[in-house]
Amino acid sequence: MFQYILSRLLYTFPIAIGVSLIVFALVHLAPGDPLSAVMGEVDQTMIAEMRASFGYDKPLPLQYMTWLGSVASGELGYSLRSGQAVLEILLSAAANTIALGVLASLLGFSVGIAAGMFAGYRNGTWLDKVVSASAIAGVSMPHYWLAIVLVIVFSVEWGLLPAVGAGSASSMFSWESFQHMILPTIALSAIPCAIVARTTRACVMEILSMEFVEALRARGLSESRITLHVTRNALPTVLAVMGLQFANLLGGSILVETVFAWPGTGSVLNQAIFDRDIPVLQGTILLLAMFFVVTNLVIDILQTWADPRVSRH
Amino acid sequence: MSQASSAPLVEVDDLCVRFVGPDATVSAVNGVSFALAPGEVLGILGESGSGKSVTLRALMRLLPHRKTRMDGRITIAGHDILRLDAQALARVRGPVVAMVFQEPMTALDPVFTIGQQIAEAIRTHESIDGVAARRRALELLELVQIPSAARRLDAYPHQLSGGLRQRAMIAIALACRPSVLLADEPTTALDATVQIQILLLLRTLQRELGMAMIFVTHDLGVAAEVSHRVAVMYAGRFVETGHVNDVVKRPSHPYTQGLLGSTVHGVAKGTKLSTIPGAPPNLARLPEGCSFAPRCGYAQQACRVAVPAQVEEGGTSGVPHLTRCVRVQASSAACGTTVPTTA
Ligand SMILES: Nc1ncnc2c1ncn2[C@@H]1O[C@H](COP(=O)(O)OP(=O)(O)OP(=O)(O)O)[C@@H](O)[C@H]1O
Ligand SMILES: [Mg+2]
Repeated sequence: MFQYILSRLLYTFPIAIGVSLIVFALVHLAPGDPLSAVMGEVDQTMIAEMRASFGYDKPLPLQYMTWLGSVASGELGYSLRSGQAVLEILLSAAANTIALGVLASLLGFSVGIAAGMFAGYRNGTWLDKVVSASAIAGVSMPHYWLAIVLVIVFSVEWGLLPAVGAGSASSMFSWESFQHMILPTIALSAIPCAIVARTTRACVMEILSMEFVEALRARGLSESRITLHVTRNALPTVLAVMGLQFANLLGGSILVETVFAWPGTGSVLNQAIFDRDIPVLQGTILLLAMFFVVTNLVIDILQTWADPRVSRH
Repeated sequence: MSQASSAPLVEVDDLCVRFVGPDATVSAVNGVSFALAPGEVLGILGESGSGKSVTLRALMRLLPHRKTRMDGRITIAGHDILRLDAQALARVRGPVVAMVFQEPMTALDPVFTIGQQIAEAIRTHESIDGVAARRRALELLELVQIPSAARRLDAYPHQLSGGLRQRAMIAIALACRPSVLLADEPTTALDATVQIQILLLLRTLQRELGMAMIFVTHDLGVAAEVSHRVAVMYAGRFVETGHVNDVVKRPSHPYTQGLLGSTVHGVAKGTKLSTIPGAPPNLARLPEGCSFAPRCGYAQQACRVAVPAQVEEGGTSGVPHLTRCVRVQASSAACGTTVPTTA
């Protein structure tokens, strides 16, 4: 197992390099000139000077190598707009997004798994139909729309919860911060919840139809013990789906974060795109991509641990 | 083969199993009765869909309870199976009656090791600690002759060959020393050479442990090899039962005769049952009388009126030869060979 993890870690390096290359290319091959966007109507010699000082006049491969070198040493550059260190911007944004992502995962996964298990076991009953219909609604409903509805109902109409921002408390673990996180958490958890519920339901139904469940019953195992076997068998598939959803949540949602004015990576990305703030854009996309690479690595390892049929080499 | 004289361990009386569906009710078992003495082996033969598996599953009440209707009476070691509550039923499954399934790959939990599954089966019924259960699991793997058993204890089902997997499943079935072992085509999914090994193993274990066994098979040779008594099943009924020699050498029911082919004598081991013209009946709409009548060359008016009664005509080693066919009634009455049923 340890060897497997090590080899998987080694595999991650080329993937990370590839991702960085794509991130770099995406930003640089996009049409439009970053400096003219930032500086507006100024004379061309000044723009050329600025371009040289940021190194944007060098050939792209060289720029990439330079950028990669600085990234490797933790140096992500400075925002073209505010001059703030990109790393600093990203760290606080990522912390905010991760906080929401973790909360939304906890909520969405627990509700989704419970609902999916119930529906799978009560296959064909009204309870199953309610769960299945809700799951379809959950996946097809745009989450920013849900966000707006939540704001209208809980903040505007009832005045129960704050609508925007992260609050002014210094710690993320304060009651005030938590109140600010409730609505975005619910909005973000809808899709993962629905997807996990659907996967769990399908998985449980499939497993229950397998002969080994009958064989377990023939050994005299209690129903609760059999449920344990069913859960254990559903685990690899559900884990994989949860991992992908978690990675999605870590990426932050531009739309939901914008609705709630939540200072996370989604908001930063949104702003950076509007500003054509290349260092921030690159840094954010790279960070999100790395989230994906790392979560995928973790999913892979978890799956190998959960499913003995996946070969370990 | 003298076990038949002792008090029955399994008694099945007029067992009927129907599956209630949205469009149709399937009558899979239609009045099966038999008794099995301790240590006796009953082989059930029959075409696909004749209700062999359903009969076995009914004995352990493994059929999906939502859509299954069961009538009649099943008594195993004094337990009235159809009237047990869930907990009592769970206590019977394993220590009293256990099952070996046809497909060892699908009947073992793929994400638990063989050792875990055996130990779990033991600890479900006996209060022993994990270490002792594991030791018992190892003994069981040795009992079913799995080579390097200690290593196989930590293997997952997919890491074993088909034959070893089936041995592991037998080990699980034997974990709580059942009095009755139900084997549903335990060798069908295996290679020919492995089939024989598993068959010999089952026969040896059955004799050593003195278990009663019900053995379902398509293979007449297999049935003859392991069984004291065979039952030929058609459309959910035992159309003919008797000592292996009687049924194989002197089949009375036209269906059995068809199964054995025209040349009945000298049926070799490994002979597959031949096919009979016509299709098996639709279990959702069974005919009034004998279910075989529509395919039977000897069918007469009487066959279509009522299901023929079971008629006894001799027997071997105390095992009566029973057939459900009007012709047997007629011929045996004419020849005077009907042996009165002893009370
Ligand atoms: N759970 C179920 N629901 C509905 N019908 C069933 C169910 N199980 C079995 N049947 C039907 O009952 C009939 C008897 O099936 P059974 O499995 O006992 O046949 P079998 O004699 O074991 O055949 P095979 O040799 O193919 O295993 C078949 O027509 C089958 O379709
Ligand atoms: Mg069958």
